[in-house]
Amino acid sequence: MSEGIKKFMFMNTKAPYGTVYALESLEVVLISAAFDQDVSLAFCDDGVFQITDNQKTDGSGMKNFSAAYKALGDYDINKIYVEKESLEERGLTMDNLMKLTYEDEDDDWAEKTSMYLVTRAELADLIDEQDVTISS
Amino acid sequence: MNFTLLINEGPYQHQASDTAYQFAKAALEKGHEIYRVFFYNDGVNNATRLAIPPQDDRNITENWAALAKEHELDMVVCIAAAQRRGMLDADEAGRQGKDADNIHPAFRISGLGQLVEGGIQADRLLTFGD
Amino acid sequence: MAKLHIVNKSPFERNSLKSCLGKSKEGSTILLIEDAVVGALKGTVVADDLSSAIANKNVCVLGSDLNTRGFTEAEILDGIKIVDYAGFVDLVAEHSNVQSWL
Repeated sequence: MSEGIKKFMFMNTKAPYGTVYALESLEVVLISAAFDQDVSLAFCDDGVFQITDNQKTDGSGMKNFSAAYKALGDYDINKIYVEKESLEERGLTMDNLMKLTYEDEDDDWAEKTSMYLVTRAELADLIDEQDVTISS
Repeated sequence: MNFTLLINEGPYQHQASDTAYQFAKAALEKGHEIYRVFFYNDGVNNATRLAIPPQDDRNITENWAALAKEHELDMVVCIAAAQRRGMLDADEAGRQGKDADNIHPAFRISGLGQLVEGGIQADRLLTFGD
Repeated sequence: MAKLHIVNKSPFERNSLKSCLGKSKEGSTILLIEDAVVGALKGTVVADDLSSAIANKNVCVLGSDLNTRGFTEAEILDGIKIVDYAGFVDLVAEHSNVQSWL
């Protein structure tokens, strides 16, 4: 850990739209980018539904905020962990999810994935490394 | 040691604010400090100065206000979450052209950066929510 | 330094206790508060899961929330420690980070 930099993990465990938590959590994530901390996001349990592809809200009248996840790379937030078991329990694979990427300034701005499929045990290790965990 | 507390649920509806209050009281009694109490999501409703709970029940907002006064707590209500839910202080009501305000003077309105900064500055950040 | 995990949901309604048990490491502490305290009772469908957790993690329950719901120490699983709010504060101070499983 660099001097003065903390590891922040935003733990997303809830589905979007049914409640406001996913939307308002994402607003904190975007603000956190301005603080030059070591920020990561984890999606597990129903949180994996936050980043499904092809969300269309015209019929429900809900605000579609899914595009904001795609902007995370522009904010240098490029550690996005998705729990494998949570996907499997819900009959999903990474193919059902948005492709979240960032441009690597150290590699001629090559577009790279921000998403890491991790097992429950690997996510437990990641949680264990954090200094601050903000849950919603 | 100092703590930042994040409260994500409104009063009475959920125990989160009560738990956070009891925790804050116990922490202060043990000589710890509360760096900040940040109210987010429906938690912003804890800051209303207009609630009238039944006389035989606790007054959550006044409890927080009294604790804040005694220990000079920094109690911050997220401005974006507050505006969404119609929680305004006098300045904000004036700015937005609204005819009333409802935030208790023990709380102040500020941005989400105050939560992140609270996480950076405090030794521990605890989330109380649903 | 070990982590403190806080669960506040009844395990009979939501899966946050299960999620926490699966993602907390050996030597960490799990604290049951609010509606989660009923998960500490003997003879429930989650008793086996909690008993397994007790083998390599510290499991605590907030006594005032247990009493509030009509239960006492006699009715909870062996190996689960009862703490008061002062004990809750100590747990937070003694662990390097706190994760609330909402």
